[in-house]
Order: sequence, then C-alpha cells, then structure tokens
Amino acid sequence: MLSKRIIACLDVRNGSVVKGINFEGLRRAGDPAELAARYNVEGIDELVILDVTATIEGRRALEETIREVSSRLFIPLAVGGGIRSEADAAAAVNAGADKVSVNSAALADPSLITTLAERYGSQAVVVAIDAKQNGDRFDVYARSGQVAADRDAVAWAIEAEQRGAGEILLTSIDRDGTRAGFDCELTAAVSGAVAIPVIASGGAGTFDHFFDVFTAGKADAALAASIFHYSEHAVADLKQFLQTRGVPVRLEG
Amino acid sequence: MRIALIDYRAGNLTSVRKGFAAVGAPLFTPMSPIELKDAAAIVVPGVGHFAATTVLDEEWRKTIAAAVAGGVPLLGICLGLQWLFDGSEEAPAVAGLGAMTGRCFRLPPVLKVPHVGWNALEISRPSELLDGVADGTQVYFTHSYAAPITEATVASTTHGASFAAAVQRDNVCGLQFHPEKSGTAGLRILSNFVEITRVQGAKPLG
Repeated sequence: MLSKRIIACLDVRNGSVVKGINFEGLRRAGDPAELAARYNVEGIDELVILDVTATIEGRRALEETIREVSSRLFIPLAVGGGIRSEADAAAAVNAGADKVSVNSAALADPSLITTLAERYGSQAVVVAIDAKQNGDRFDVYARSGQVAADRDAVAWAIEAEQRGAGEILLTSIDRDGTRAGFDCELTAAVSGAVAIPVIASGGAGTFDHFFDVFTAGKADAALAASIFHYSEHAVADLKQFLQTRGVPVRLEG
Repeated sequence: MRIALIDYRAGNLTSVRKGFAAVGAPLFTPMSPIELKDAAAIVVPGVGHFAATTVLDEEWRKTIAAAVAGGVPLLGICLGLQWLFDGSEEAPAVAGLGAMTGRCFRLPPVLKVPHVGWNALEISRPSELLDGVADGTQVYFTHSYAAPITEATVASTTHGASFAAAVQRDNVCGLQFHPEKSGTAGLRILSNFVEITRVQGAKPLG
C-alpha cells in the first residue's frame, strides 16, 4: 500500500534555515545541509527547500545550498522559491533538485507549468498554492501570501493538473506557523478535486494533526518545518504513532 | 570499471549519477553508440513519456542488444525498465528493446495515478539485484505506466494493480522505482548492480 509521506521543509534565506509564523518574523534554525543529513537518517520521506524570500528579493533559490543538501540526501528533493522561468528551474535541477515548485510565476504565467512538465516530466513539477479562507471560499495568494491572486484554490489546482503539474503543495496561510493543525477542509477540497498527490502544509503542531490531515484531510503527504527542526518530535515517533492508528507509513530509515 | 549512463534527454540524471557515485561507481555518458564498446555495464534511466525512448534509434538499440548478448549487464530505471519490454500502451507504435516479454500498461484509476511515493516491494524470488533487501522494504516510485509480472519479476508492488517493481533475467535488470531516491535500500540495490557488473567482468569471455 502506498505510504503517506512525511515531508520536511527547510525555509532557507541567505543559506540559513529560517521559519516564520504566518510568513512573517523569520528566525534562524540551523545549517540546511546538517539538517538534511539528519533527516536522511531519521526517516523523513522527502525534503523541500523553499527560498522563502527569493520572490520578494528577486533572487534565485540558492544553488549552493541545493548542491550541498542533495549530495547528502538520497530521498526526493524539491526546491521552490524564486523559480520564475525555465532557466531558473534548470538551475535548480542541475544543482540537484528532483522537483521544482512554482507558485507566483505559475500564477502570472500558467504556461510555465506545461513548459517545465514537457522538459522534465510532470513528476518534477510541483505547483505550490498558498490559500486563505474568505467566507466559504479558499482564495489563492501570490508572492509569499502578500497579494491576492483572484483565483479559487480548488479551481487553480484543477487547472494546474491539466497543465501538467505532478503534485500540489497546498499551504494554508491561516494555519502556517500557528501549530493549530492543518486546514483539513481546504486540503480535502483540493485533494478530492485532482488525481495528482496533494501535500498539505501549514499548521502542524502535534501527531494528531498529521493523523487528521491524512484521514479527514485526504492528504497524500504532509509537510512540516519547525516541529522537526528543533527535534521536538522524532520523525520515527510520529510514524510509529500513525502506523498504530492505521495510517500506512514507511518505517525503515 | 566503466559503467555507461545513456542520456536520451528524458529527465535529469544528476541524482542517478550521485547515487552511483555514492556506491563507488562513477558513470560516463556516451555521446554515440560506438562509445559503448568499453562499457562494463549499461544504465538506461528515464522519466516521462514512452515515446521519448525513440531517441534511442536503431543503432543504439543494436549496440545495446549486442552488448547484452555478450554478457554486459544492463539496468533500466523507471521508464528504462519499461523500455526493456516489448512496448507500452502509452505509445503503441513505439517498440521497446524486447529483452523482456510483455507490454506495459496504464495503472487502473481505482487509486490516484500517477503512483507517487513510497511503496512496498513484495519479493517474488531471490535475486542478485535485490540481495539483502527484505520483503516489504519501501522504495520511491513516480510513474503512471507499469510492466506486467512475468517470470523475470523478482519483486512486485501493488497500486490499483500488481506490477513488476524489479526484474532480473541473467544480466538484464530493471527497476520501476528510483533506487537513487530510495534511501539506504536504494543504495544497496545500486551497489548490488555494481557487484553484478564486477562478477560479470571477471568471467572469461564466451
């Protein structure tokens, strides 16, 4: 049976890992290569590096960081942040990324999704969607959650799939950094609308939150940053917990 | 020991190179079939559409087939495994290498397709390729089409349907999953292929 994936996210700025609360107030959390090597051993299923400030500051994801991390990692590695063009994606892939994640650039020019899928295959193209609840709708935001994109999250996920996306990385802006739990309603709405895997992000705080998003939220994978960075919960403990509750996970490291 | 990595522009090969380097076997990338004459083994990777394999034209196919007939180990990874077979539903007019019997099929839509993530190997029989890999070990997949289970299958996996996750017949090997992305188990399998190559290279010709 296909395992539910536990994905660690390194939010990187200027080569250091940072993690924000509701996308603001970033603070340092360590060396990315060091953290990546630890995850490899601890049984994380996949790693995402996000250059969180790249779009705002107009910088590419740090290629050197990707190179360092990927040389020590034999699990899938996705890179996002500041990937605006085919050339940006190529730089990330050539540095060692298995997947590239596009967000603001895909909203500005959705054909970028198809361009990347044709060049690298759909399995290498992740469309990241940052969504915020407004009444009974989930609206998409661009540029690290700062600008309303005037799109519905479910409709955008469907379009992304049709254009060649291989996975959706879905972040709840409302929950990001709060540790109040994933937005299961948002995740289930998107996961039920597309055939490609949906990675839930934003709000992980307890083991129960992961159980909830894999069951009620219908997520294929769940992503968290800070709860792993500070060694508050061992990955193995989380997976053991999920398996006991009947959620299929990969237990060997 | 020189192992050739065939780059036919179907996906990025950085991770495959890093995986083999991690088990002490750096790869070289031949630009034309003639460069395969010194290869101790051949790796055919690849992601994407089955039609992408048409870049491997008649000359490549003949050279690879001749090398395999001469005992050179061949490893197909992901799309490379599917290419070992007769063909695929994905591109019915495109012939595979035909080193394995059967046609690849689309995974049924009873579960999410593409099949992305970690899934268990069900070991069918002992093999050099999966030596030391326990039944139930999880490896990383990302694909929509799959090869049928045949007598060459050494491990199967189930996602909506059962399919060949790993195949080996003599010196012809294939992996539907990505060993270079499958943690310590994946590196063990790459190391096993290097060992198959080493043993084969030590055999007298003929």
